[in-house]
Amino acid sequence: MDGVYHDTDLAEDDSTPLTSSSSEDTSTFNQDAVNANLDSEAKIHLLSQMIRIRRFEERSLRAYQQGNIGGFLHLYIGQEAVAVGAVSVLSEDDHIITAYRDHGHAIAVGMDMDECMAELFGKKTGCSKGKGGSMHFFAPDKNFWGGHGIVGGQTPLGLGIAYALKYKKINGACLCFMGDGATNQGPFYESLNLASLWNIPVIYIIENNGYSMGTSEARHSAGEPLARRGEAFDIDWSVHQGHDLYEVRSCINTALSRAKEKSRPSVLEIVTYRYRGHSVADPDQTYRSKEEIEEYKKNKDPINLFRDRLLAEGVLTTELALSLDQAAKDEAEASADFAQSSPYPDISELMDDVYWETDHPDKKTSMGSIFFESAS
Amino acid sequence: MALITYREALNQALAEEIQLDPNVVLMGEEVAQFKGSYKVSEGLLERFGPERVIDTPISEAAFTGLAVGSAMMGLRPVVEFMFWSFCYVAFDQIFNNAASVRYMSGGLVNVPIVFRGPANGGTNVGATHSHTPENFAANTPGLKVVCPSTPADAKGLMKAAIRDNDPVCFMENTILYNLKGEVPDSPDFIIPLGQARLACEGSDLSIIAHGRSVQVALEVAETLELKHNISAEVIDLRSIRPLDLDAILQSVRKTNRVLLVEENKPFCGVDAQISHLIQEHAFDYLDAPILRVSAIDVPQAYSKALENFQLPNHDRVLAKALELL
Repeated sequence: MDGVYHDTDLAEDDSTPLTSSSSEDTSTFNQDAVNANLDSEAKIHLLSQMIRIRRFEERSLRAYQQGNIGGFLHLYIGQEAVAVGAVSVLSEDDHIITAYRDHGHAIAVGMDMDECMAELFGKKTGCSKGKGGSMHFFAPDKNFWGGHGIVGGQTPLGLGIAYALKYKKINGACLCFMGDGATNQGPFYESLNLASLWNIPVIYIIENNGYSMGTSEARHSAGEPLARRGEAFDIDWSVHQGHDLYEVRSCINTALSRAKEKSRPSVLEIVTYRYRGHSVADPDQTYRSKEEIEEYKKNKDPINLFRDRLLAEGVLTTELALSLDQAAKDEAEASADFAQSSPYPDISELMDDVYWETDHPDKKTSMGSIFFESAS
Repeated sequence: MALITYREALNQALAEEIQLDPNVVLMGEEVAQFKGSYKVSEGLLERFGPERVIDTPISEAAFTGLAVGSAMMGLRPVVEFMFWSFCYVAFDQIFNNAASVRYMSGGLVNVPIVFRGPANGGTNVGATHSHTPENFAANTPGLKVVCPSTPADAKGLMKAAIRDNDPVCFMENTILYNLKGEVPDSPDFIIPLGQARLACEGSDLSIIAHGRSVQVALEVAETLELKHNISAEVIDLRSIRPLDLDAILQSVRKTNRVLLVEENKPFCGVDAQISHLIQEHAFDYLDAPILRVSAIDVPQAYSKALENFQLPNHDRVLAKALELL
């Protein structure tokens, strides 16, 4: 279908026009109070956030192909409504942690493209000073606790963040994002048991994009739907559609109420799809068809669907939609320029950020040697 | 000063720090109602209540990760492993998350946490319960590692570890829990990490050890003195990382002969690194090759007859010391 807003190949990318989507959006979640109360400005902001994430990632892909980014690059393209929708219903006492496909969450919480792109480039100006890379973005000042590289490894951490909130008598919750593949890691179940046993306000959000790397859900999981696994621990669970931003907002909002009013955990499975491979090094054609990807782009692209809804509501004009897109592309381009022109960390910085104590020599309490091969 | 056991010293340290700082919590398997598998936490539940002294299910990965996540948020958890051997099922949480999150975040996060419990052989519990992972932990930048050998050190180092803003792996020893010693009463008593202890002054050789091997080294030093007229100096490392390299080198430069003793298995054990550091920094002071006694290099044996030999026992250490002179 011509004119669908999707992450295209680079040759055609920047000229992708914003025209109407090919499918009707029949969601009724717009009537939920959490969505019905949104004003025009807020709606446009939500759209803009999704577009910014996509354009950022498209630009990062180009930078990767140009050799400016090393290691892994796990793109979130196609899943944007999940992070944007979820973050948009949080309050200042709510916290977030996620896995390695973290660019979308980072931008959704308000990290700026410059620090994110610079991190991908391994530059000193990156959010983690070039020491974390794509999988390890952090912004504790925005209640964003990473960015974690080991599948399922963040599930106990999210539990602990929520535990700390409860311990400190702060009425907040922790959203712990994970992929469908992570549901088959043991620590997730240990965490579910503790979350329910101790009434911890953690919300596990399974972003089910259908593939655990290259292994489809049908080949990796028994006992579907995946969220039902919460049932064994008396945890409320539900399954939702991640291409509908309003549905995402609605289900997260319900889970937040459960967390804050009853201090109870939730398991939400949000069905979504990634257009790119597990990482950009993924051949991507060995385990799914091009047609499957095109089908999703055509019918369930979260940005197209939401943009069309706003156009239909009269909240958005085509001109404004185009200008939002152009602004996002410009911002992404500028972030690449920023990253490119930023310095690499100095070798002397290799030794920083290992221990709190060695970073604060004036408050040192230990003695002796702590590094045994140093940069200086 | 009071004459108390290593176990009681740890209990005092925990009680004092829980009392002092509302962010300190103790959690682990059987730490509360059961009073601790080795009774280290006896009485703490009654004193401080279930919010501060928390029984967990047998889920090391989850409660370790929970503690790391809560430490990122400013709590100061003390996590008990019933045996350090059980940390192997929580490896990711300790070695990836606690150790690396500060670096990966460019210094935005720190993890003030203590992982503690016994790490030793000698109790006939077989290979799965007798690991001594101080070498793994010390091999991981971001972690600190402490192995106290006396009641006073257990208390002073535990208090320092809880107040530390970095993750500290605190490795105790079930055989030492009943060891008695003089321990200062003052709640201000602290022993800084990274400061070795001159356990016994001598002039003919330096025996450098950590954990219970220090006690073995002291027995050997006594035998050497009484039966062989040899004066052995014993250095108790106390802390593996940070490491008091100066104290090691000072002793080596004085005695010129070195015997390293540890319960670790030999390959890439802590003493492999110590040996390297000595030859690098004090090569010209050595009158003999550096010798080591570690655990015999097989999985920990169950049978008393085998395990007692496997450990760095008095006779094996003595024999090696005599080889040096």
